[in-house]
Amino acid sequence: MEKHEEHTAHVHRDDEGDKLGMWLFIFTELLLFGMLFLMYAVYRYRNPVAFQLGGDELDVFIGTFNTVILLISSATVAMSITAIQRGNKKQALILLGITLFIAVVFLVNKYFEWGAKIEYGFYPGSELLHELGHGTTLFFGLYYIMSGIHALHIIIGIGLFIYVATQIRSNKIHSTDYVWLENTGLYWHLVDLIWIFLFPLFYLIH
Amino acid sequence: MSETTTSKHVSFLQYKGKYKGILGWILSTDHKRVGLLYLYTMLVFFSIAAILGLLMKIQLIAPGYTIMGPQTYNSMFTVHGIIMIFVIVVPGLPAVFGNFFLPLMIGAKDVAFPRLNLASWWLYVIGILVVLSSQFVGGWPDTGWTFYAPYSFRTPANVLPALFGAFIMGFSSILTGINFVVTIHRMRAPGMTWFKMPLFPWTLYATAWIQILATPVIGITLLLTVMERVLGVGVFDPTLGGDPILYQHLFWIYSHPAVYIMILPGMGAISEILPVFSRKRIYGYKAIVLSSLAIAFVGYFVWGHHMFTSGMSGRALYAFSFLTFLVAIPSAIKVFNWVATMHKGSLNLQTPFYWATSFIFVFMIGGLTGLVLGSLATNVHVHDTHFVVAHFHFIVFGGTGYAFMAALHYWFPKMFGRMYDASWANIGWATFFAGFLTLYLPMFALGLQGMPRRYYDYLPEFHTGNIISSLGAILMIAGALIIITNLVRSSRHGKKVTDKNPWGGKTLEWQTDTPPTLENWEEIPTITDSPYEYK
Repeated sequence: MEKHEEHTAHVHRDDEGDKLGMWLFIFTELLLFGMLFLMYAVYRYRNPVAFQLGGDELDVFIGTFNTVILLISSATVAMSITAIQRGNKKQALILLGITLFIAVVFLVNKYFEWGAKIEYGFYPGSELLHELGHGTTLFFGLYYIMSGIHALHIIIGIGLFIYVATQIRSNKIHSTDYVWLENTGLYWHLVDLIWIFLFPLFYLIH
Repeated sequence: MSETTTSKHVSFLQYKGKYKGILGWILSTDHKRVGLLYLYTMLVFFSIAAILGLLMKIQLIAPGYTIMGPQTYNSMFTVHGIIMIFVIVVPGLPAVFGNFFLPLMIGAKDVAFPRLNLASWWLYVIGILVVLSSQFVGGWPDTGWTFYAPYSFRTPANVLPALFGAFIMGFSSILTGINFVVTIHRMRAPGMTWFKMPLFPWTLYATAWIQILATPVIGITLLLTVMERVLGVGVFDPTLGGDPILYQHLFWIYSHPAVYIMILPGMGAISEILPVFSRKRIYGYKAIVLSSLAIAFVGYFVWGHHMFTSGMSGRALYAFSFLTFLVAIPSAIKVFNWVATMHKGSLNLQTPFYWATSFIFVFMIGGLTGLVLGSLATNVHVHDTHFVVAHFHFIVFGGTGYAFMAALHYWFPKMFGRMYDASWANIGWATFFAGFLTLYLPMFALGLQGMPRRYYDYLPEFHTGNIISSLGAILMIAGALIIITNLVRSSRHGKKVTDKNPWGGKTLEWQTDTPPTLENWEEIPTITDSPYEYK
């Protein structure tokens, strides 16, 4: 059976288009979290005291620490893009490695934070939450949902970083074709941005 | 070099690439093959859901237990709804004809992200399989396709697969939307300014924006319902402080705009077909474009009209009712445009034209009864009755379904390089149309008399209407069988079409080969004229 030549329409390259696509995807993420913020607003309005007391239970130190390192990781991924634009492959990989490392540290902190809360008895369906009433149940319900979905985004980000790093190593991403790295950076800024809102809403507001 | 020349001229149906046989289809990133994959998938699942619908109508042919009990009936309308909404009408025209014809109509070689496009189809199929897997791991859900809280996490029936499946299909919808917006922004042929773009791509554009901006809301809502059911987080559960009405708000914030995802591309297809078969320029091109965008925009702010009896402040009720009336205006503008296009045209009475005109007819009935539901006082009277069921079947099935059939007959020769059998197609259309009206018109009357929806049983006074309606269902399914058999048969054995432009259309897709070659164009065309210049 004869074989026809490769279908080439899919190798069409359009970096601007790729970035537009990523921005549209970011809109969808903002809407997804937007609905969660909406729910937070509704339930905080209805249970102001319980939400305040719930916030006091959270560890501001871990929260602040995670915020600071996540901001640093946003900077390192941006620097990695600049490095690849300048053709400095090694520097780009190091900076990407730092970002990846910070993402893992963030998750480790999250693990200990959640672990401590669950040990205390703050988890959906627990006796303690049942005693503390509706407001606290909702606060911790939203806390686990929102920081959990955010953590899921961090995990996806880690996967993206690993993929992009292998692409840089094998020279598929280089100084004239780096839209994958740029889009990964955009995604990571979004993950960072959402945390910037989650942090004060859960840990700081009194 | 001889091989290169042959592959440049071979049609996409005959192309043999890296993979052979069925793998050459399910792993193909060619937008035309992806479009057909969607078409075949929909054909299979439409048939399943239509049979479920028919079984329900047979159950309703007499009061009491006819062929099924209440629990079976509940799971049937649930699965019928989930398949018809999430698998058929929401992806509907964009996934099939959008994939196939968007690049052709704007002079591109493919969509912006061909691999993502194939991934959307895979996600779609995985979603369907997850929904249907419920049959084998604990039975069908019984919540209705709306999954209302708190029943959706209280019922012992198996709801999780349906929630997960719908969630996965949401991803597919979002990715298609992103793909189309980028394609339309970046890949229009040189000279095709925004207002020289044909109307079907315009409506796909409006639709894609709704897919992007509304689908994430249903995604998170379904996910929260899953968490509520599995973990008991409390957000929708009144016994834990959550608010079930909030669930309804979130659900309809997506699901009302989704109605416009369903109907807008249908309106676009009708706007393509009527000028071709009237041999006339479309009347009011810009009005159609702007009203499409207006529908997409205003459609976001009317979700509350699904909840008039759920408990809302009086002010909110008035606002939602007013906005609902507002969104009817751009829809009506289009009807005037279509009628004016046909006025003094030289009509070519072919099957796509029959479907298109009957679309206008049923769409108007659906639209005007929508106003009955949109006004507060009458809404309370007919809320959750058969009137509502009749209304949305007129819009969703009568609107989107007829537009789909119109588009399928219109583009059939381009897609398959063969012509359908015209007389069987017309017989099928007439049978289907008669069956459709017999099925759904009595349901308006039944609803006004007070027959509620979603009951497997009814009072004896509703018997006459239900007999007529059930007989209509049988007639309509017979029509659907004629149509599908004719199309499937013609796609393999129909008369060959080699003419690039069998209908004499003016839009770009009719300048490609029939069926199109793999990369559509040897040279990307340059556009100088508006798309509907009949002289």
